Amino acid sequence: MTPEQIVFLIVAAGVVGSALMVVTTPRLIHAALWLVATLFGVAILYAILQAGFLAVVQVVVYIGAIAILFIFAVMLTRREMRDRGPQLNKTWWVAALLGLLTFGGLAFILSQWSGFSSLAVEIPDGTDTLGALATALVSPQAYMLPFEVASVLLLAALVGAVYIAVKK
Amino acid sequence: MNFWSDPINFLDDWLKGVFAGWGADLLLAHIVTAAIGIIVLILFAMLVAIFLVWVERKVVARFQDRVGPNRIGPFGLVQPFADIIKLIIKEDITPAGADKFVYNLAPVLALASVILLWAVVPLAANIYGVDLNVGVMYLVAAGALGALAIIMAGWASNNKYALLGAFRMVATMISYEIPMVVALLIPTVLAGTMSIQGITLAQADTWFFILSPLGVLIFLISAIAELGRAPFDLNEAESEIIAGFHIEYTGMKFGLFYAGELLHAFTFGGFMAIMFFGGWRFFGLEQYSPFIGMIAFMGKALFGYWVIMWIKYTMPRIRIDHLLAFNWKFLTPLALVTLVATALLDKLLAGSAGWLHALVLFLANLFIGWVTVEILRATGRRRKVEEKDAEAVRTLAPSEGHH
Repeated sequence: MTPEQIVFLIVAAGVVGSALMVVTTPRLIHAALWLVATLFGVAILYAILQAGFLAVVQVVVYIGAIAILFIFAVMLTRREMRDRGPQLNKTWWVAALLGLLTFGGLAFILSQWSGFSSLAVEIPDGTDTLGALATALVSPQAYMLPFEVASVLLLAALVGAVYIAVKK
Repeated sequence: MNFWSDPINFLDDWLKGVFAGWGADLLLAHIVTAAIGIIVLILFAMLVAIFLVWVERKVVARFQDRVGPNRIGPFGLVQPFADIIKLIIKEDITPAGADKFVYNLAPVLALASVILLWAVVPLAANIYGVDLNVGVMYLVAAGALGALAIIMAGWASNNKYALLGAFRMVATMISYEIPMVVALLIPTVLAGTMSIQGITLAQADTWFFILSPLGVLIFLISAIAELGRAPFDLNEAESEIIAGFHIEYTGMKFGLFYAGELLHAFTFGGFMAIMFFGGWRFFGLEQYSPFIGMIAFMGKALFGYWVIMWIKYTMPRIRIDHLLAFNWKFLTPLALVTLVATALLDKLLAGSAGWLHALVLFLANLFIGWVTVEILRATGRRRKVEEKDAEAVRTLAPSEGHH
């Protein structure tokens, strides 16, 4: 095994483990903090893949904004931050089945992909990956339309938030 | 290559040679030297933090017309070590009902989020940890970890004052992150790169504070808010919530928060120097030796730190609604307008002479500043008139009531 593979296995085990903790821990705040650990693990996976920009954005957006928002929401809405009842209900096996099916389906689709069993290609030092990403986001041949649609969606959300919050 | 012209690479090669002489293979030698480099950098940052305790106490004393620590060592220089011994021998208290693991993790994470920043700080042309091509975003990401540490401390302490302090601090941090990111985009646009070293290299002719004086001001204000220092220190308002998120921490755990705060302030002084004041550049002197660059950078960072202290010990605390209104209604729009104007003018003047480029950008900043002041003045006048009218109505009303 190469060092990259060892690091990947450790981080991936950490991600899966903390994701399990998110759904099994009885305290809501602990669940939010385990979620932070999961998301940070994903950021490390991006860094291993030499996608530095995605790694940093993952931390800024998911830990800096979304996880903090989760924690705020949990603290402001619930007096009792510990779930006392059972954590599973009668239909737990449906959820488990659906989860397994989704995982199996994704694994099957990925196994059909040609790059599934090959190692990641090392990007040479000094390659302008950030510039390539930026060009792809604004070039009509690549991802300009999805990028703009996402921008309009975010703008609509912003306007909606202002409309709800404004004093009549 | 010798030690005086390229110290880091010289030591790196020398260490690798030593390990190779012991029979270690190349990969192992690389990993070990990298680990030694990381430890040396962290030690350097922590030693700076110890020195900063003395600087902070001495400067605040001068602002308050006192002498400050002057008993232990020359100029009281050994005072921080006495402080450290005191912190270490204090009783370590964990409050009842505290969430132990999170409670103990929070101060470590708070200090780590600051030390992480030093990985990308270029101390000289060839003395830096790593030159990330997303350095500016990395700065914001480390700030996000700091916010997480504070909310963990506030929640795990099982104390309502701590929780309120954490809420206030995190609300300030995430609001002021927006003008800060926009202000950081100004040097990014001017330099054409997000790499911290690249931004310093791009300031060969003109330092960016000439091209964007408004950017410096916006960055300084939002950095102070991000640090939670006065006038934005609602997170530890003594008369309301005693000490905020670190109220329950004793001994060295409190010490970690304190060292983290001082180092954070100094680091932001350093980032102000890098983004707007040329970093390790000092009028061409830095090309003779990287050590001159290092001294220049530390000097500029200390100056930025001094400005932050100057503001902290001069301004009174502001109210929380004023704090949020100031950010959302004033700082964020101003930052966005400055960024758009800078980006447009920078592209329009791309081919022109350096002095013309600098002059137009400087004048554009002055113009935006002037318009802002005029808008503020008009708003202030209108508000004064409204208040006067309301006052007149109030004084008339009771006399009418007598009839």
